[in-house]
Amino acid sequence: MSIDVGRLLALARKEVREYRRTPFVVGAMAVLPIVFMIAPLITIFAIGPSAPAAPVGKAVGSTFLFLLIVPAVIPATIAAYSVVGEREQGTLEPLLTTPVRREEILLGKALAAIVPAVTVAYVLFALVEICAALFAGNPTVSTTLREGPHILAEALFVPLLAMWSIGVGTGISARSSDVRVAQQLGTLASVPPLAATFLVSYQIIPPSLWAAIGFGLGLLVLDIAMWRVVAAMFDRERLITGSRAQGVAVSGGGAPPGQVRRIRAIGGDGGG
Amino acid sequence: MYDRPAMPAPVHPAADGQAPARVAPALAVSHLTKRFGDRTAFEDVSFEVAPGEVFGFLGPNGAGKTTTVRTVGTLIAPTSGSAVVAGIPLSPANGDAIRQRISIMPENPGLYLRLTVRENLELFAGLYGLRSPRVRLDAAIEAVNMTGRSGDLCGRLSKGLRQRVGLARALLNDPEVMFLDEPTSGLDPVAAREVHGLITGLRERGVTVFLTTHRLEEAERLCDHVAILNTQLRLVGRPDELRVNLFRRSLVVETAVPLAQPEAVFTSEAGVDGWTLDAAATYVLRVGDPRTAAPRVTRALVGAGADVLSISESRHSLEDVYLRLIQEDPEAQPK
Repeated sequence: MSIDVGRLLALARKEVREYRRTPFVVGAMAVLPIVFMIAPLITIFAIGPSAPAAPVGKAVGSTFLFLLIVPAVIPATIAAYSVVGEREQGTLEPLLTTPVRREEILLGKALAAIVPAVTVAYVLFALVEICAALFAGNPTVSTTLREGPHILAEALFVPLLAMWSIGVGTGISARSSDVRVAQQLGTLASVPPLAATFLVSYQIIPPSLWAAIGFGLGLLVLDIAMWRVVAAMFDRERLITGSRAQGVAVSGGGAPPGQVRRIRAIGGDGGG
Repeated sequence: MYDRPAMPAPVHPAADGQAPARVAPALAVSHLTKRFGDRTAFEDVSFEVAPGEVFGFLGPNGAGKTTTVRTVGTLIAPTSGSAVVAGIPLSPANGDAIRQRISIMPENPGLYLRLTVRENLELFAGLYGLRSPRVRLDAAIEAVNMTGRSGDLCGRLSKGLRQRVGLARALLNDPEVMFLDEPTSGLDPVAAREVHGLITGLRERGVTVFLTTHRLEEAERLCDHVAILNTQLRLVGRPDELRVNLFRRSLVVETAVPLAQPEAVFTSEAGVDGWTLDAAATYVLRVGDPRTAAPRVTRALVGAGADVLSISESRHSLEDVYLRLIQEDPEAQPK
């Protein structure tokens, strides 16, 4: 599979330009992350200086979970719009008439969604760390948030969860005929991988280096498998007509041009 | 009933004066069929389009025109048959190469409404991998007279202007074959005329244009050859040839008052095979050759003391051809 970087960037640039001029996308990118940052901060700041370790761990766990919802949910809604939205606008067919490969379309759209989602998630995480260090009443909160396994889990899970959400959202979008249904299903489908983060965040499985790496690898395998499925679904004929290609591979050479039989041709000196 | 000898492939004289060299068609389709389950979109379609010509593809709604364009444009796979598009055999492996050499403008130009004209074109320049995108963009924008509007959001353009942008996009990759699917659908006469002018300009530049339309006057004005499709291909030919071959030649005679004995006047003349009364004092005469029959008929009318208002050869439009085909061929009835 050869990917043309120029095409990839052209598509990603187009996506970003459209995002910037779409209030819904700007709103989703701006408002939801703020909500998901404020909620855990309130929990952290509510912990008293002499609180025991258990509630501190629980608060830190819920903070991580909130922060990981952002890369899972935000790109899902955008990705769920990406194909069905183009179809509704009538822009999908012109796009497919170009030499762009399906992998390039998928990656271009994914790139435009994953970069802002991951950036926003990392910035949120940094802000929470800074706020906890400066303003948390209980010093254990800040030290727990800065533990290696937690930071590694955050660093690994954010892009992997975003990849999952974008992939599954794009897949649903490719098969859907309604934007709203696609977005609801896309958001719903982005949730299951959060189970892994839930187990680590709430220390049902104690956060450790190997737990973070293990779950990270598991998510990576899931992502790769899911992207393969989505790429296979991204068939030009299916995208345009709604049904899978039933045609046979036409003969490579076809009839020699001079031997093409005309049906009911009228006239004798035609040039074509 | 319309079967005629197959139209020969286009020939161009060889430069050295020897036997004329056959020019490879820009588009050659052979027995192409597309079915969706048990529904046939089009069947056993064969035709050729010479380089640089405007080829009209006509037919009623649901005839399979758009599906044919999508099939030869590599968007959907044919069920059977073969085709050579811009010199490349139609096959799944050749899809990218064919798409690089052609362009398709769907009925709805499908512009990104939140992007400007230039941003829309920049995207497609990137997708075609153009080496000097700025130059090509400027040329395409200028070709459709949109230079002053290139910074406008496409959502704020009229339908006619959007069609122009769609055409500019189709020009970007300097295609060998351009497929225009109902380019004037829904346009007012002024906007449609502008599009006609652009298509004429394309022909002058040597671009092969495959034009699907059900506006027959448009096809008649623009196309070198036309094909009429209704699931199966019904006719292929030049518009004037279709008229001549489908309709007997006739003279239309108009007199100031009805003739007292038209039978005596018309049937006595050699070359008049029959006549019908079209209106109170208008007669349609079936003739072999209007140029020789007209003077004779005029003399006969003057000799009979008729006050002749006009004698003219009956002209049939492509619309007449189309409607006659529809009326006479049960399979060609609109679905």
